[in-house]
Amino acid sequence: METRIRRSARAAFLALAAFALASPALAQEEEVKLAPQDWTFTGILGQYEPAQLKRGFQVYREVCSACHAMKLLAYRNLAEIGLSDDEIKAAAAEKQVTDGPNDQGDMFQRPARPSDQFVSPFPNDQAARAANNGALPPDLSLIVKARHGGPDYVYAILTGFVDAPKDFKLPQGMYYNTAFPGHAIGMPPPLTADRVTYADGTKATLEQEAHDAVTFLNWAAEPELNVRHNLGLKVLIFTIVLTALFYGLKRSVWSDVHH
Amino acid sequence: MSGTANANRLVRWIDQRLPVFTLLAHATTDYPTPKNLNYWWNFGSLALFMLVVMVLTGIFLAMNYTPNAALAFTSVEHIMRDVNQGWLLRYLHMNGASMFFFVVYVHMFRGLYYGSSKSPREILWWLGLIIFITMMATAFMGYVLPWGQMSFWAATVITNLFSAIPWIGNDITTWLWGGFAVGNPTLNRFFALHYLLPFVILGVVVLHLWALHTVKSNNPLGIDPKGPQDTIPFHPYYTVKDLFGVGVMLIVYMFFVFYAPNYFGEPDNYIPANPLVTPNHIVPEWYFLPFYAMLRSIPNKLLGVIVLFGSLIILFFLPWLDTSKVRSGRFRPAFKIFFWLFVADGCWLGWIGAQFPTESLVVQGRIATAYYYLFFLVVLPLLGWFETPRTLPSSISAPVLPRGGAAAMEKA
Ligand code: HEC
Ligand code: HEM
Repeated sequence: METRIRRSARAAFLALAAFALASPALAQEEEVKLAPQDWTFTGILGQYEPAQLKRGFQVYREVCSACHAMKLLAYRNLAEIGLSDDEIKAAAAEKQVTDGPNDQGDMFQRPARPSDQFVSPFPNDQAARAANNGALPPDLSLIVKARHGGPDYVYAILTGFVDAPKDFKLPQGMYYNTAFPGHAIGMPPPLTADRVTYADGTKATLEQEAHDAVTFLNWAAEPELNVRHNLGLKVLIFTIVLTALFYGLKRSVWSDVHH
Repeated sequence: MSGTANANRLVRWIDQRLPVFTLLAHATTDYPTPKNLNYWWNFGSLALFMLVVMVLTGIFLAMNYTPNAALAFTSVEHIMRDVNQGWLLRYLHMNGASMFFFVVYVHMFRGLYYGSSKSPREILWWLGLIIFITMMATAFMGYVLPWGQMSFWAATVITNLFSAIPWIGNDITTWLWGGFAVGNPTLNRFFALHYLLPFVILGVVVLHLWALHTVKSNNPLGIDPKGPQDTIPFHPYYTVKDLFGVGVMLIVYMFFVFYAPNYFGEPDNYIPANPLVTPNHIVPEWYFLPFYAMLRSIPNKLLGVIVLFGSLIILFFLPWLDTSKVRSGRFRPAFKIFFWLFVADGCWLGWIGAQFPTESLVVQGRIATAYYYLFFLVVLPLLGWFETPRTLPSSISAPVLPRGGAAAMEKA
């Protein structure tokens, strides 16, 4: 009896396993293989590189900010990536914000201050679409966390603009991108070599600009990362030692029990 | 009053008026526990630990969270960015839910394998199931709170299930939503309930422990202790063993919190909720995936919902569906095979639930769902009749004592 049950169970298991293997994994959506990049902030000891964050902010400020908002950041947050008070004030003052009402009850325009949120390039989504051929440039504050593939994906978008293959029907006003789902993206290629001139003398290749911009965007999405990685190491070491001690204690308490 | 016999006067004074110390002693130093519990018995205390972590981190999150459809998403980001150690609180809470479900699942499979639901532990088992189902409701509503795309669409999909109920389904859904779609009233009530239910769970946990202390722990051999030689006091033996377990779990938990905090999450939930844009792939949290797979594998909505809820209700009948007189799976050669197939089936369902549904996956989902039901409704009842269990040891001490034990093992 027992062996019969065992045998039929084994047969059932093999049938199930065969079924599982036969089915195409993750069908439907075409998967784009992302080339993993070297980031300074990944891994247990990963940290942002301050100079790179500054360069990345420069790319955002001079290029992306024309279309993309970053509403979750305030200018004062830039102190965390090493901008001086004066640099922060200057970056903020480039933009105008509506404030008020004043004593007369009127709203008025004034230059942004460090305590203000990053000023959005468009007053609303409709205006953003109207200026971009109907496509909506998403807010970039959390973009790295909001996409499968994270920093590698955003990097692949920024460096993925190529001529469309001949048989590909590219709609009017769209651009071909190897990483974007469906490949037709509404964003014109934002970066080219020497699109920015780095203050620290770094050569502004397309790859360098993209790498810097993504690092900045990752900081925007996970500003706590440096602290988290530092604290994490201490917490892990502490828990491992504590657990080892608990194990020793358990052994000694149990030494008189036969089991 | 064994606990306070030689205690100091203050302790005695309090104890005579409110016997808390007697109660504590009764639950720890006086509580006899089988001496042969293995590490699968650690998972109950781990679950309790996680419940406490969830309540503590949750209360502090709630102090900074705003349950309003226009503000919820930014208030969570405010916690992440501006509240001191807010990111830590949130990541502890987020990953804590995953740890909590993981340990509870192991705890339940342990109960299934060692026959812990059988007499006299039926009520203990039911209380556990009530905790599990309340946890699912709590976690589902918690997931809605950050009001990201997945929050919104998961809420829409799950609340829509109730519309499958004939006649009154649509009214019930409208009533649940507090409107004609998931919206601000939904978010508000989910927050209120998400705050309330963990304390309901806490209450049921007290009953669960009360039942446990009445019927005592089962053990890997599934036989009752025959006397004091088979038991040891819970404290200090199992308190230190549980502490060690907590340590091991913390290592895993802390790894995720600090180094992969969004591993269990969906990127889409970092996009603010938008009722006009449906994500092209709506997936629930991993701990709901097996049930989601069952739901999706049934073409008829009402039937799907019945199969989904039936898979939980069936668990209440386990004490009678498992007809074998032998509790522990250790002595049940055929049961063992079907048990591990059942575990594999659960994982398979989970995997299916995470995929984009294709025709082949729907078929797989049906096979896996069928095995889930067959296991409880056919395999378990029949095994009790057809299976020849191995000989049980005469007592818990028998197989562990040097000589008598060896003989018992040979016979088995
Ligand atoms: C001329 C305006 C414009 C500029 C400049 C621009 N973008 Fe975009 N971007 C867009 C538009 C429009 C979209 C939406 C595309 C779509 O959905 O088809 C977009 C989409 C994106 C996306 C999202 C892709 C996805 O997966 O949905 C990312 C990431 C992005 N941009 C990054 C950047 C970065 C980084 C820069 C600066 C280096 C930049 N963009 C500069 C217009 C712009
Ligand atoms: C049974 C215990 C609990 C479980 C399983 C649970 C589960 C969850 C889950 C899965 C989330 C979503 C996490 C995310 O994606 O951000 C969440 C969020 C939240 N929970 Fe809980 N929770 C529990 C207890 C509590 C308690 C007791 C409170 C308050 C007293 C609480 C308050 C909150 C708040 C304010 C949020 C929104 C903030 C956030 O998204 O991080 N939770 N919960």
